[in-house]
Amino acid sequence: MTRIHVNTTVNGDKVDFLADPRETLLDCLRDKVGMTGAKEGCGTGDCGACSVTLDGRLVCSCLVLGVEAEGKQVETIEGMANGGELHPLQQKFIEYAALQCGICTPGILVATQALLKKNPDPTEEEVRYWLAGNLCRCTGYDKIIRAVMDTAKDLRAEKVGGDV
Amino acid sequence: MRYHTPASFDDAVGIAADATGVTRFLAGGTDVLVQLRADIVTPDDLIDVKHIPGVRDITQNSDGSWAIGIAVAGAEMTECPALIADWPGVVEGMDLIGSTQVQGRATLVGNLCNGSPAADAVPGMIAAGATVSITGPDGNRTVAVEDIPTGPGRTALNKGEMVTAVNIPARGDNGGDAYLRFIPRTEMDIAVVGCAVNLRVDGDVITEARVALGAVAPTARLVADAATAIIGTTLDEGALAALAAAASAACNPIDDKRGTIEFRTHVAGVLAQRAAKIAYARATCAGGE
Repeated sequence: MTRIHVNTTVNGDKVDFLADPRETLLDCLRDKVGMTGAKEGCGTGDCGACSVTLDGRLVCSCLVLGVEAEGKQVETIEGMANGGELHPLQQKFIEYAALQCGICTPGILVATQALLKKNPDPTEEEVRYWLAGNLCRCTGYDKIIRAVMDTAKDLRAEKVGGDV
Repeated sequence: MRYHTPASFDDAVGIAADATGVTRFLAGGTDVLVQLRADIVTPDDLIDVKHIPGVRDITQNSDGSWAIGIAVAGAEMTECPALIADWPGVVEGMDLIGSTQVQGRATLVGNLCNGSPAADAVPGMIAAGATVSITGPDGNRTVAVEDIPTGPGRTALNKGEMVTAVNIPARGDNGGDAYLRFIPRTEMDIAVVGCAVNLRVDGDVITEARVALGAVAPTARLVADAATAIIGTTLDEGALAALAAAASAACNPIDDKRGTIEFRTHVAGVLAQRAAKIAYARATCAGGE
């Protein structure tokens, strides 16, 4: 099987790897780039644990081929914290105990960040629909939703404060 | 598996026409990759169409009609206010497919060519009178969306042929469309029944209509009798009853864990009524503006 040389950008850094064209972006990130934050839950685009953004668009990396990342901008959970400083969403998830086993958490954080970029003031219903493709079998979702709503509120207040 | 990234439709068709094994076109990949990973279909040649210029474009032509590129994702359609204003039913059908993540990749043409009888994007396109442009080794042709699916997982596309665009007519005045589906959950499920209605009014009388059903037959289908039942009416109680009867009569569903034949047949009539009411409200509201 011929491997293809893929040049892409992950969290702002240039990255290249050799991919069998059948390999998913998820497997390439985990096995070739060494970024194991995105998880494989179902492998069929149902659970969202592998969520990343591709040119700013939220996708399941298990439903993207590694070779499709050529020339694209990939953002993963590894790009969320600023060095040792957690992103407000990450801090709030800890504060609310919005996770138990943690397998779904990277995907939910990446998906939530994409939501808040698009809509800084979502209703609870909008958050629940947006995250309908991120399955969690531990928390029961309520704490996740509350953590998201509270982070959104904080980020809005911060923005208003900054503008004033 | 050979991975191709042709830069033109001609090149893509050339690869597909010359291929001797299993060929798949890759746009959003939300079906192709699932089948690949489950070892259901491992293509010998995978043709990624996203490098062809224009395939990501949503274009409104000067006559008001629309051309949707074959790699336009659902999320891009729901971010196009002018398209939503013209064809809300088409967009809401697409938008019901999968999660936010799936919406970031899934396409109208992928949903059509995957050939699922329950494809949510298809009844809306049929009701709208949409066509697809096709190119292949023997030239170009334009085919009505309802003539593409020929059975579960099967389409009318010949070897080497591919869809190059979805064409949606100009909305025109006093028109409205809507799509509804029944699922037992709130979100993230496959239609047990789907129904799209597109109509035009003159005053409060329906002058044109198209009704399409999904998930109640081997393919999504256009139901001419259901349209006839409401044309010339004000969508009064009698017309709604005739519409439901015609929609139910057009059903030839399977009986499975997700819905019995009796249930699907009944719900097709109910959804046809509800979708018609929404389309009618949109058409009459648009007329008042």
